[in-house]
Amino acid sequence: MKASDFTYHRPSSAQELAGLLASLENAKVLAGGQSLMPMMNLRLLAPEHLIDINKIPGLAGIRRDGDVIEIGAMTRQVDVLESEIIAKDLPVLKAALEHVGHVQTRSRGTFGGSCCHLDPAAEQPALCRLLDAEFRVNGARGIRVVQAADWFQGMLESALAEDEFLEAIRIKPWTGSYGYGFEEYARRHGDFAIAGAAAMLAVDETQSITRAALMIFGVEASPARLANAEAALVGTKLPDLDVAIVTSAARGLEAMSDVHVSADYRSHLGSVMIKRALLKAKQHLTGSST
Amino acid sequence: MSRTVSIQLTINGRATSLDVDTRVNLADTLRHVAGLTGTHVGCEHGVCGACTVIVDNRPVRSCLMLAVQAEGTNIETIEGLANNGELSTLQKAFSEHHALQCGFCTPGMLMTIESLLRETPDPTEEDVRIALSGNLCRCTGYQGIVEATLATAKTLRQEKALGAVAP
Repeated sequence: MKASDFTYHRPSSAQELAGLLASLENAKVLAGGQSLMPMMNLRLLAPEHLIDINKIPGLAGIRRDGDVIEIGAMTRQVDVLESEIIAKDLPVLKAALEHVGHVQTRSRGTFGGSCCHLDPAAEQPALCRLLDAEFRVNGARGIRVVQAADWFQGMLESALAEDEFLEAIRIKPWTGSYGYGFEEYARRHGDFAIAGAAAMLAVDETQSITRAALMIFGVEASPARLANAEAALVGTKLPDLDVAIVTSAARGLEAMSDVHVSADYRSHLGSVMIKRALLKAKQHLTGSST
Repeated sequence: MSRTVSIQLTINGRATSLDVDTRVNLADTLRHVAGLTGTHVGCEHGVCGACTVIVDNRPVRSCLMLAVQAEGTNIETIEGLANNGELSTLQKAFSEHHALQCGFCTPGMLMTIESLLRETPDPTEEDVRIALSGNLCRCTGYQGIVEATLATAKTLRQEKALGAVAP
C-alpha cells in the first residue's frame, strides 16, 4: 500500500526541529525510514506531519570525545559498521551490526532511529544497554541525558518525550584486558532475531573477573541485563567461570510468545545465546576454545 | 497535505529535473514520473528487495525512501546497466546461468549484485548469499543467481587483469 497523506517538513537546523516538535500534533520524525516507512506504507501509522531530519547538519558522524565515543543519531548503520573507531574501541558493537537488517537497509537505516523505534529484537539499542550508553536528547525544553537503564520504557517505547529528539548516543569503551561475545539466532540472515545475547568480561592480572556485563535481547519487551549474575561472576576466577549461574538467570526472564515461537522456546534460546556469548568472551580472553 | 516540489538529481548519468509529490516514494516516482518501469514494486514495505536501486553508490530500497529525499543524489537503476543496448557482463551471466524465471525480482537482484561486486570484486559464495538475503526470488531457488554472480566476478577480474597487462 501507499502511505496516507501527510505534510512533509524538512527542517535545516536543530532549533527548527525543536520548534516543529513543540508545535505540531501527530508528528513523526523521519530518520532512515527503514521502520517508519514500512509502518506508514502498511498504514499501521498515519502521522499528519512527517519531519525529515536528514538535512540537519551535525546529527551524523562518529567521533571521540575524551574517553567517550559519540555516535550521532543520524549516523547510517553502514557507517557504524565500517567505522575504524568502532572497530578499534567498540568491537562488540561491530560484531552486532553485521546482523542488522540487510545491506540495502543499512544504507539508509540509522543508529539513532533504531534506538528510538526500540524493536525488542533490535541489536543496536540492545548493545547500548550492554555498554551502559547515554542518550543525549534535545528539544524546546533543552538538552538532557538519559542513561541506558532508563531509556527503555517498554515495547517500542523510549524515554523520549513527544517534543524531544535524540541527538547522539555516547558510549564509554571498556579498557584493559576484556573479552566479548555476541550471538543471535534468526530464522534467516537479516531477519529480526528470535533471541540474542552479548557478554563482556574484564579480568585483572590474576585472572579474577573484575567486571561483567550480560545482556539478552528479543526475549523480553526490552533488552535485559542479568545484574545478579554479573555481580556473582565478579571476584571469581576466569578458569572457574560459572556458566550455570548465568543460564539459570536467563531462564528467569519473562519471555514473550508469538505465533512462531513459544515463551518457553524463546527463554531456552535466550539462555543458549548468553551461554555461547559468555564462552566466546572467555575464549576471547584466553585465546583458547575451552 | 502533500504538495508538489521540483527536485534536481542524476539518473543513470543524466541530470534530471522531476516534479515529485512529497507523499510519493522513490520507486513509484521512478516508474510513473521518470518513466523508468524497470524498477519493480513488490511488497512496498522493505522486505522483498525488488525495488532496489543504487543511490550515491549504495544499494537502497526505493519503496522506503521518499522521492523528495532524492534531491541532489546520483541514482542508478536497471535501465543504466546495459551499454548502448548491449547487456552488461552480469546481465549476460544471468541469462547464461538461468538466474531468472519470471523476472520480477531480477532488477532488484541485479542492482544488489552490481553494488556487491563494486565493493567486493572477489566474493565468496557466502558473501553472495548474505548480500542476496535482502532480495526474495520465488522461482529459481537462488542457485543460478549465485552461480551467475560468481561467474561475473571471475570474468570481471580476468578482464581487469588483461586490461592491466595490455599496453
